[in-house]
Amino acid sequence: MKDEKQQNPKGVSRRKFLIRGGLGTVGVLAIGTYIFRNNIRRELLGMVNTLELPYTDNTDKPMVWFEVTSDNNILLYSPKVEMGQGTFTGLAQMAADELSISMDQIQVVHAATSTGNLDSFATGGSTSVSSLWLPLRELAAMLRQMLLTEAASKMKLDSTQLSIADGVISGNGKSLTYAQTVEGVDTWEVPDKPILKSLKDYKYIGKPIARVDLKEKVFGDPIFGMDAQMPDMLYGAVVRPTKIGATFVSADTTAAETMPGVVKIISENDFVGVVARSMIEAENAKEAIEVTWKSPTEINTAAIVEMMTVGNGKSTVIQKNGTALEDEEGVSSMEFRSPIGAHAQIEPNGVVASVEQDSATIKISTQVIGLTRKEVAERLGFDEERVNVIPTYLGGGFGRRLHTPHAVQAAVMSKAVGKPVKYFFTRKEEFQHDMFRPPTHHVLKGKLNGDGLLEGLEHHFVSGDVANDSAVVPALLPPILGADIGAIRGGFIQYTKVPNYRSVYWHVDLPFATSWWRSLGLLANTFAIESFIDEMAIKAGKNAVDFRLQQIGDEAIGIRLKNVIKAAAQSANYTEKITNGRAMGLAASIDAGTPCAQVVEVSVVNNEIIVHKVTVALDPGLAVNPDQIKAQCEGCVIMGISAVLYEQMFVENGELTPTIYGPYQMALMKNAPKQIDVVLLQGKDTPGAVGEPPLGPIGAAIGNAVRRLTGNRITELPLKIPKIV
Amino acid sequence: MEISFIVNGTSKTVDLADENTPLLWVIRDILDLKGTKFGCGKAACGACTLHVDGEAVRSCSYAVKFAQGKKIATIEGLGNRDNPHPVQQAWVDEVVPQCGYCQPGFIMATAALLNKVPNPTDEDIDKNIINVCRCGTYYRMRKAIHKAAELQAATKMNTSEKV
Repeated sequence: MKDEKQQNPKGVSRRKFLIRGGLGTVGVLAIGTYIFRNNIRRELLGMVNTLELPYTDNTDKPMVWFEVTSDNNILLYSPKVEMGQGTFTGLAQMAADELSISMDQIQVVHAATSTGNLDSFATGGSTSVSSLWLPLRELAAMLRQMLLTEAASKMKLDSTQLSIADGVISGNGKSLTYAQTVEGVDTWEVPDKPILKSLKDYKYIGKPIARVDLKEKVFGDPIFGMDAQMPDMLYGAVVRPTKIGATFVSADTTAAETMPGVVKIISENDFVGVVARSMIEAENAKEAIEVTWKSPTEINTAAIVEMMTVGNGKSTVIQKNGTALEDEEGVSSMEFRSPIGAHAQIEPNGVVASVEQDSATIKISTQVIGLTRKEVAERLGFDEERVNVIPTYLGGGFGRRLHTPHAVQAAVMSKAVGKPVKYFFTRKEEFQHDMFRPPTHHVLKGKLNGDGLLEGLEHHFVSGDVANDSAVVPALLPPILGADIGAIRGGFIQYTKVPNYRSVYWHVDLPFATSWWRSLGLLANTFAIESFIDEMAIKAGKNAVDFRLQQIGDEAIGIRLKNVIKAAAQSANYTEKITNGRAMGLAASIDAGTPCAQVVEVSVVNNEIIVHKVTVALDPGLAVNPDQIKAQCEGCVIMGISAVLYEQMFVENGELTPTIYGPYQMALMKNAPKQIDVVLLQGKDTPGAVGEPPLGPIGAAIGNAVRRLTGNRITELPLKIPKIV
Repeated sequence: MEISFIVNGTSKTVDLADENTPLLWVIRDILDLKGTKFGCGKAACGACTLHVDGEAVRSCSYAVKFAQGKKIATIEGLGNRDNPHPVQQAWVDEVVPQCGYCQPGFIMATAALLNKVPNPTDEDIDKNIINVCRCGTYYRMRKAIHKAAELQAATKMNTSEKV
């Protein structure tokens, strides 16, 4: 693992650390810039499974990180958005510890583009806490050192005589709060370098601190994009096609124009929208607009499945060791499929935009604050500095908000009516115009040697785009890489002791948009590979745990992977015996540098798969907040069960369907396991990825348990027990 | 037409052109109570769950005219930080929410369930709590529902002792 030394190429530099003081009563704004430039620095393809995306800021501007308030609290402006993953809590713990304040004294808020503290990429990839681990603590430490130096000067004491607790600097019978320390100061002594505390001195890092956003979310505070308002706000709606491939030509708006509440119909080259006094009036008028669409398709699911077949499109060998397996005697081969998946996050995409003469304000729940600003600015012909994007909490992200172009439409409508416009997707639009999880097809091949171990293993897979064609990925990246860095997540062979192995990615263009869905390719790829490995273990007559452990390499990540497999098997008392009608299944994966193993316990009743218990062993490195890591594991297990047992989008005569919960079946309370045990291991001393890696093993683990219970190997998601005729 | 009802203990009268406007939008956009969420508009996800005369109702598909003269409770009226409802307290104790968007609907559905079934079994919970949570917080919710039942029983016992 090289990530340790790569993580901090530069660190906080004194030159970049500026202080802005005396802003009325709010105290001091500490402005730091933290430089990470080498984000595309790895041996690109080979490292995708262990990749941890770094934090990348806008290095050309000073950025507000902290604000000391007059009531002696500290505001932390987060460059990452909170979408449920608990990032705000982890960041608060890290900052509070280095600032020597209590958890009650720190408040985390989203940075808006006007404060400049933005991650230039996005919030995603399970990296918010891990990527900010060093920069945030270093910035906080520098602020603490500056406050100490200033307090010493004010108290006419030496800083070595002083100690800090809960934001109060004391010594020699005197004390000053941070708020008192910053009062009236406009010139600060900036230390040469941050001095971090040692791990053992942290009070909050490593502890199961309750979420900082807990009460807002339990008492119904208006915190989401859907709750955002602006004075004199009107409501917008945009007409969307129902068929794949349809593009806007023209619209007859005659009937809509005279409908109740309609303020204005906005006809642009690429869309037609309506602004009305209420959301319902806007929606009603929208229904009355007759749009002419160009080139709608009549495609069906069967055609999509045929397209998505290994051998179609262009192939890229993403991993190779030894020689390729030929179709020879003794080679086992199996095929697997996964369907189109919807994000189905409960908060629909929405936005409030206010456009004035030469400036715009956008309130939005988005994972891409910078990209949203850029697109709005381009459409309006404004400098980016004139567009302020104010992020809100996200009612679920899951990758659905890695492109939020509806902000542009809202801005255009706001400009047309001269008032703020709120506009959001209906649920039908959310389902039909999702950027779906792509369908996949996998061919696995393996050959056992005389000892019952694999002498060759191959994974050939085809997927629709994930990262390719994505607005957040630099356009040059896919041509350089040849493979889609999202689709191949989890697609690698982790059994590196096998003498001959290959992983080959095939790229096929789909007629509709697919993109990032929490964990990207991991869910489908791990389902296919780990189902096949289980089948090979059965063929070899070996225990599924031993078969895996014997063939995983002894490199650092391999050892960590073996450890989570052992931990999960031990905690769950893994057995291949069927007890009381229940069987166990095991699977393991590595994603974003975090290994995860799961053991599930299932039964089948009336042809329905019931997951009773899931044991998760995860090695996320240093656990900043073990309780929230457990929450992410539980959430991934349940979202995973939902995806692998129930969820599936179809294409019927060019329309994506279903378009409502229920028909788009998802896990409900009754489908959630009654027991989820989480075992956390620490195989490295810095925090690693958490929010997606636990989604890897669930599909195969359930499939493997069903195989052992019923003798049937299910090779398609969602997993369904074949009906007995 | 004018429609009058009580929201969180306060009388409200709204004047609407369309009496079939879903109660959700009256609550959110006219009365400015944003805790009740829009999720699907078809009563399929439960994010908009509130109470009408103590019954859990999916307000996105409940015409406001049916609320005439009734008592409506939303998440804002269920409890507050100083005086949380047992369900809210249990949600805090078990650290249930992730993204949080569906949580008011679940909390309202649970509060209504506990009014009818003070000590629900797992089967009662499975049958009655049928909202959708995408983050997958069901595991902690189930624990919180059992805990809320305990807290509510304890509260009632204390209250009756005082009386």
